[in-house]
Amino acid sequence: MTRLATPFSPDRPALVAFITAGDGDTAANLDALVAGGADVIELGMPFTDPMADGPAIQEANLRSLGAGTTTADIFALAAAFRDRHPDTPMILMGYANPMVRRGPDWFAAQCRDAGVDGVICVDIPVEEDAALGPALRAAGVAVIRLATPTTDAARLPFVLEGAGGFLYYVSVAGITGKQQAAQASIADAVARLKAATDLPVAVGFGVRTPDQAAEIARVADGVVVGSAIVELIAQHRENAPQYVEAFVASLRRAMDGARNTEEISA
Amino acid sequence: MIDTPNSYRTQPDSEGHFGAYGGRYVAETLMPLVLELEAEYNRAKADPAFKAEFDYLLEHYVGRPSPLYYAERLTDAVRAECDESKGAEIWFKRDELNHTGAHKINNCIGQILLAIRMGKTRIIAETGAGQHGVATATVAARFGLPCIIYMGARDMERQAPNVFRMKLLGAQVIGVESGARTLKDAMNEALRDWVANVDDTFYIIGTAAGPHPYPELVRDFQSVIGTEARAQMLSRTERLPDLLVAAIGGGSNAIGLFHPFLDDKDVAMLGVEAAGHGLDKQHAASLAGGAPGILHGNKTYLLQDEDGQIAEAHSISAGLDYPGIGPEHAWLKDSGRVEYTSVTDTQALTAFQLLCKTEGIIPALEPAHAIAAVVERAKTMPRDKIILANLCGRGDKDIFTVAEALGVEL
Repeated sequence: MTRLATPFSPDRPALVAFITAGDGDTAANLDALVAGGADVIELGMPFTDPMADGPAIQEANLRSLGAGTTTADIFALAAAFRDRHPDTPMILMGYANPMVRRGPDWFAAQCRDAGVDGVICVDIPVEEDAALGPALRAAGVAVIRLATPTTDAARLPFVLEGAGGFLYYVSVAGITGKQQAAQASIADAVARLKAATDLPVAVGFGVRTPDQAAEIARVADGVVVGSAIVELIAQHRENAPQYVEAFVASLRRAMDGARNTEEISA
Repeated sequence: MIDTPNSYRTQPDSEGHFGAYGGRYVAETLMPLVLELEAEYNRAKADPAFKAEFDYLLEHYVGRPSPLYYAERLTDAVRAECDESKGAEIWFKRDELNHTGAHKINNCIGQILLAIRMGKTRIIAETGAGQHGVATATVAARFGLPCIIYMGARDMERQAPNVFRMKLLGAQVIGVESGARTLKDAMNEALRDWVANVDDTFYIIGTAAGPHPYPELVRDFQSVIGTEARAQMLSRTERLPDLLVAAIGGGSNAIGLFHPFLDDKDVAMLGVEAAGHGLDKQHAASLAGGAPGILHGNKTYLLQDEDGQIAEAHSISAGLDYPGIGPEHAWLKDSGRVEYTSVTDTQALTAFQLLCKTEGIIPALEPAHAIAAVVERAKTMPRDKIILANLCGRGDKDIFTVAEALGVEL
């Protein structure tokens, strides 16, 4: 099994935790995510024009770039994380332009060498897969695709072509960190997605509290939390790691409880 | 350079690519909408009723055809300053005489008709100088649809009259405070709105950029400029012009003028980017100073650093103040069919004043860039040659910016 497949098991939903690289003490915050119980690390690559992100992650992008974060810095952070945590999967999330700037093969090789297991590129849909997908797959890096409320049944198989790692269900049509989708619609969507793929399905966008994470954990293989963690980093700056760890631990406990309750009631 | 194609007028391909450029680089949430728009546009193109309504509105609401005008006094002024065998005739396509004062309305008419065909009930748009925002607010008022315009807060300061116009027309203008608070940031915010309102909202993009099919459909709607100009020129002079010139921000007025002439191999074309403070300083000339990359739904030339972070553009003209360019221009540059140059803020201001004094026309700062290039080229071309430039907007909106630049207090 690949490192990315390990955390998604039928009896234990995975917690995917996002932070923006270069916003605050990233190494310490990454360690805090792992210590708190995150199963998959999603490291955001800052971009000047994060058009799919809400205010929290937009501001994290600008803080990071304002502090001078470069692409080389991001890969250095990833490689150092891989040395400290050989078994915790890490994926990069970001926008197309920084990823293709030096060519897709360069980017894919950097990912492979830094121990990055997968890549989410917001603005490369399957239609434009050639811009990055073949290079990543050739380097053994998973192309993690997004499915959304607008991805209908006819389109879904196409979206899954060349996809790897897990399928990220964007639970609301919108930007990160804003409104949350109704639980019933998430359950329906996850069931539909799981019928179409063997990949684990993780749900994100608008998941902010342990209760929400627990609700989603009842139906999905994974829960993605981003903006709420990024807001803690913005609020607590150099003291953030302890708050991040405690918050992630509260998410993890709630998710574990969710499945346990389900088993008891079943 | 790429191989010379049989025709320069067959782009994009079925995937929305202009050679290596263009495409559909959008989030998955938007992808089904973009495909739906493409399907509807293809149906509309095949529907004579759609074309009939578009033509009707352009004639009776916009005021087309716009005149083709021989700028005799400007031509004389140029001839007074060059070798006596030189000094080409300068002609203008008068798209500043359109309703709302710029070419932007041509495209907005086409897109709002598409929005209505698709059953959309809410209109959004981004704007830089405010011309596209005014044109969008205008058609939204005309068809009774609510309209939200995203505009960089800095642009709202320097284009205050257009902000007021949009509000008079019933639009809600939302100031965007992120980034450099200009057109790029307004486009980010419009995309965020669109992705959150996919069911009822139509995004009227103002330039020939963005995800396919926008570059194609904006070009098609704006091609009325070149189609009219070509027929008018043949009718008046029994020949085609020797050189076409147009200013380029995203490039919609330029592609609208150029496209109908692309296969007329004796017609040269010159696109004029904004060199701002100078190409070695802050500017908005993506082709001259940028590199291919991906932003706002398409692959094209972008001002960016070595890590692919997008640079802040600068131009005295808010309408040219954008770090990218439409993908068809990127392809036309690489193919060599169109030549591109750039003009600084200072050169544009000089040309602005020259046109005011020689022709009694106050141009917008955007076409003032084109006029600066026209004046230079005319001096090097024989007297029997004809230059046709697109006067794509009138300058009423810019008088405060120009006054400030000239040190005049109003």
